[in-house]
Amino acid sequence: MDILIAWILRAIPFGTIIMYGAMGEILTEKSGNLNLGVPGIMYLGGFAGFASAYLYENTVANPNMVFSVVLALCCAFIASMLGGLIYSFLTISLRANQNVTGLALTTFGMGVANFFGVFILDGRTATQSMVYKTFQTKIPGLSQLSVIGQTVFGYGFMVYTAIILAIVLHYVLNHTRIGLNLRAIGENPATADAAGIGVTRYKYMATCLGAGISGLGGLYYVLDYNQGIWATTGQIEALGWLAVALVIFTTWKPLNAIWGSYLFGMLYWLYQFLPTLMGFSVPGYITDLIQMVPYIVTIVVLVMTSMRKKRENQPPASLGLAYFREER
Amino acid sequence: MAASHEPLLRIVKRGESPFKLKIFVRLISVLLALVVDALFIYFVTGLNPFSVYTTMFQGTFSTAMRFSWAMRDLASLLLIGIALAPAFKMRFWNIGAEGQVLMGALATAAVMVYYGGKLPAPLLYTAMLVAAVFAGALWGYVPAWFKSRLGTNETLFTLMMNYVAIQIVACCVNIWRGQASGLGKLNMKTKAGWFPQFFGQRYNINLLVVVLLVVLMYCYLRYSKQGYEIAVVGESENTARYAGINVGKVIIRTMILSGALCGLTGFLIVGGRDQTISTGTAGGNGFTAIIVAWLAKFNTFYMALISFLLIFLEKGAGEIASAYNLNDFASDIIAGIILFFILGSEFFINYKPIFRRSRHETITKEVG
Repeated sequence: MDILIAWILRAIPFGTIIMYGAMGEILTEKSGNLNLGVPGIMYLGGFAGFASAYLYENTVANPNMVFSVVLALCCAFIASMLGGLIYSFLTISLRANQNVTGLALTTFGMGVANFFGVFILDGRTATQSMVYKTFQTKIPGLSQLSVIGQTVFGYGFMVYTAIILAIVLHYVLNHTRIGLNLRAIGENPATADAAGIGVTRYKYMATCLGAGISGLGGLYYVLDYNQGIWATTGQIEALGWLAVALVIFTTWKPLNAIWGSYLFGMLYWLYQFLPTLMGFSVPGYITDLIQMVPYIVTIVVLVMTSMRKKRENQPPASLGLAYFREER
Repeated sequence: MAASHEPLLRIVKRGESPFKLKIFVRLISVLLALVVDALFIYFVTGLNPFSVYTTMFQGTFSTAMRFSWAMRDLASLLLIGIALAPAFKMRFWNIGAEGQVLMGALATAAVMVYYGGKLPAPLLYTAMLVAAVFAGALWGYVPAWFKSRLGTNETLFTLMMNYVAIQIVACCVNIWRGQASGLGKLNMKTKAGWFPQFFGQRYNINLLVVVLLVVLMYCYLRYSKQGYEIAVVGESENTARYAGINVGKVIIRTMILSGALCGLTGFLIVGGRDQTISTGTAGGNGFTAIIVAWLAKFNTFYMALISFLLIFLEKGAGEIASAYNLNDFASDIIAGIILFFILGSEFFINYKPIFRRSRHETITKEVG
């Protein structure tokens, strides 16, 4: 039982990282843009958030931690949106190929974060921002209350904002005019255009906001999950691709992202907890194979959705295609 | 008053754009990118961009050794680009080159580990080659089969296959290294399975294969019946079906080819360059090669040019890093900016923006 609780306590924060990434990408993909720049955007968000909090703490005599948190959130969101804006301008206005632009953005984002990161590191292998303590603040009474209190209330605030965001996204996409318009664009931009919906404006908004949300995943990774430690790392890239995988797993539904991401978290940590849970130890090379499970599960889901051909589980019909009004 | 109803900016699709325009637009885009990069270098580091660019030049050209290293890395990148060309021309988004190369490399390494020294050399090389090509082809075949039968999204499928391959490689490396901290070079003593020296370097064989494949792939895509089928399927699956082309068959055949060539690349990397394997054997080249193949519009000769540009940047950034105490992530930023500009410039080749004519112009036209 203790192991199970420890497992859940690891899985939910891990899931939250990719949940942000996936929610942003769901919003983006609903508008018909397949943004493979998610890893790069998460780098931008993670680094901007870390750098702003770190610099603020080290220049001001008595840093206000709440302000530091807000600053980090804003900077991460804006930096990621700028990444999304580059992608939007190239793919929407200039109709560049989406896959290639996304991959270039991943290279660029990773480069920017690690390049400037080295200046902050200034010769050290890692630096820490103290703001992580504020990010990790738990609800006082509730989080100590028995096992349930621990597993339900034992996390920083961004775990709960992620859940709220998923519900908001679900509502907006499925129960508002804006969501309907956006989905129409993702399915068939020409029809949406004919109905008088501003295709370009919607695509820009969805892609940039989506990028901003994805970037929060990077922020959460650095300032909460990783305890505010910045080091030159390739870890965020793998997380970004896992977020893209999660989008498929959720079949483009934000509510599925909640349990889907936690499930991915459980699967990710499977290699550490399964052997103890089953009561035997496995050699190192088997753990490598167990780490493959999240990807295999994603492939299986991808194949299943294409096999069952249920309308509501399909990717947006125009996903990956540029829209040009005069080309019918 | 009719003019006021005309939008300020209209966009019209060009037909076939003239060759001169294509060259002009691309040159301008690279130049602009270099200017933006120079501004970036200046504002971040305060260094003179011109001297930085000179230093960059030395990364590839200062010594014969540097140049041959650049050529070696170019070979790996370009090979993967060539492998991807048929798939991308068919508009099959094979994002899985990284995994296909890794599987090829793994198969090669496995033959080296288990049969090195037990088989006569020619047989060993053949076994390595066959195993690598087969493994790569298999990794390409699986997503292609699902795509042709069930219409499963290939972009996402091939992307996931990369990670499956990475974990399999991690597992095997873990087994082979035993108690040691790293794998090290395979068959260090016997050198079984290492490519022989050829004009002084093992990887010259890789270069030879690349040159050969550049020409072969160009001819295959341009002049063969299969190349034509690939082009038709890429333009429109419906047209292809109407013309009596078996689309599913073409997809599977092309992806087996693409995967097999990626596997071959893995074989060349392990046998001719690294003599070992790790999860970083493909080194992100699988992703970079996608950009190479797309920007070159599947023309293998342009691909050689673009791969050279990217490798030149990478080597140059490494040189800057050591000369000015920066770090080599600068190359990712510089390359990213250049890619953004080249990608954006495609727009001006394919489309023509038309501004609303000024009133004066309209009047003179009416009068004239």
